[in-house]
Amino acid sequence: MSTAETLLELSAVDLVRGRRHLLERVDLQVRRAEIVTLIGPNGAGKTTLLRIALGLLPQTSGKVYRQPGITVGYMPQRLQIDPTFPLQVKRFLAMAGGDPERACSLLEQVGAPHVYESPLQKISGGEMQRVLLARALIRKPDLLVLDEPVQGVDVRGQVELYRLISAIRLEQGCAVLMVSHDLHLVMAATDRVLCLNRHICCSGTPEVVTLDPAYLELFGHLAVYTHDPSHNHGQHQDSPGGADVK
Amino acid sequence: MLSDFLLRALLGGLGVALVAGPFGSFVVWRRLAYFGDTLAHSALLGVALGFLFRINLTLGILVVCQLLALLLYFGQRQKHLASDTLLGIFSHGALSLGLVTLAFMPQVRVDLFAYLFGDILSIGTADLAWIFGGGGLALGGLLWLWKPLLAMTVHEDLARVEGVAVDRVNWIFLALIALLVAVMMKVVGLLLVTSLLIIPAATARRFATNPELMAILASLIGCLAVIGGLYGSYTWDTPAGPSIVVAACLLFLLSFLVPQWSGAGSPERGNRQ
Repeated sequence: MSTAETLLELSAVDLVRGRRHLLERVDLQVRRAEIVTLIGPNGAGKTTLLRIALGLLPQTSGKVYRQPGITVGYMPQRLQIDPTFPLQVKRFLAMAGGDPERACSLLEQVGAPHVYESPLQKISGGEMQRVLLARALIRKPDLLVLDEPVQGVDVRGQVELYRLISAIRLEQGCAVLMVSHDLHLVMAATDRVLCLNRHICCSGTPEVVTLDPAYLELFGHLAVYTHDPSHNHGQHQDSPGGADVK
Repeated sequence: MLSDFLLRALLGGLGVALVAGPFGSFVVWRRLAYFGDTLAHSALLGVALGFLFRINLTLGILVVCQLLALLLYFGQRQKHLASDTLLGIFSHGALSLGLVTLAFMPQVRVDLFAYLFGDILSIGTADLAWIFGGGGLALGGLLWLWKPLLAMTVHEDLARVEGVAVDRVNWIFLALIALLVAVMMKVVGLLLVTSLLIIPAATARRFATNPELMAILASLIGCLAVIGGLYGSYTWDTPAGPSIVVAACLLFLLSFLVPQWSGAGSPERGNRQ
């Protein structure tokens, strides 16, 4: 994997607001077809880091490199649309471009085909996450940036969505940079984990990170993940359920 | 037969209502009602400066509105004051500054009532030219920005990632609103400008399934309010500007008697599935 081209690279990124150091010397690299997950407690700067990576927020110092010409699909943490704004899911998807057929098939892939004609304000939190993911996929991104993609989704749905994300990576060869609250369910769907608490505390494969003292200190006993080696996590051996991607 | 002044009033009112529909929809979606108010309140300062520098008064209003829009655009980027606080300062500051400036010019006699509540019955040919020229320009600009503006209304960051020049679009949009507000002054006056933007749009919401439909319906409802208001004003000899706003409010209330089209649903009635 290390020979693959780099799509995104942050080196020694700092963000200072007033006297507060929000991010400190953060290094981050995402290569093609790689899934990188950022985890960290509330206020660790995860979303801020994503916004810097996307060029939405200027860093105080350090370098941000995005490979020129790549298409980025972005899934924001939440969408707050005024109740007075009449917008159906199909229109929301059409705004990103692409034809209705593609929008429909993506909606089916993410497991929410029934909301196609619903007003955006009427769908549930879980459905909204799926719709946002579909929107991020419409432009066939080289890099998917997902801010808490499974927020508000029940556990079963979370497993499904993570499975879907890794299936998308295999199918389309796009890289994924995502933020997650905990490591439990994201384990199977990620190549590398970065543990962020204003600075990178530890990083590596999920198996390595869960054993790292810095990780344990951040997440305490809640985060202890007992990984049974006989239990197989590899996504290539998973038999995908409803979230199958063809 | 309609007399000339009534015909000009009707033309001016309809022209303004047509343009106010789509703009008002964005004002409602993006919660800019207070922003519109602030621009309108600065109009009196424009009038005062118009007298001071002996320029066309509508031009004076236009210049002040544009400058204020620019000021607010930059003001909203700071984080020290909430934007409604900032708007409140500018809004009342500009209104008071306008009145005080006028007081320094005793030779100038201003019909304050006309500026506060509009003077649609005295609309002349030059005013019509302003309304259709300025209003047409504003509408053309809005149509040009329509797609990126909709994308930004949904989510600014998402729009930015997808390639929308958010800052530029925002800035032009505010300038267009400032242009429209300056043009609307004559019809409903600085205190009522916002009402003609938001009431028809709010009325249209219940019947709209998509943004374009809401904008068009808002235009039509605004036109109905202008016709109804002028008719009422003519029949009962009531002030024209406020009569138009009363008509708009009545349409808003009446709209609740009309059953909602399926799919248009307002979210508070929504049944989640």
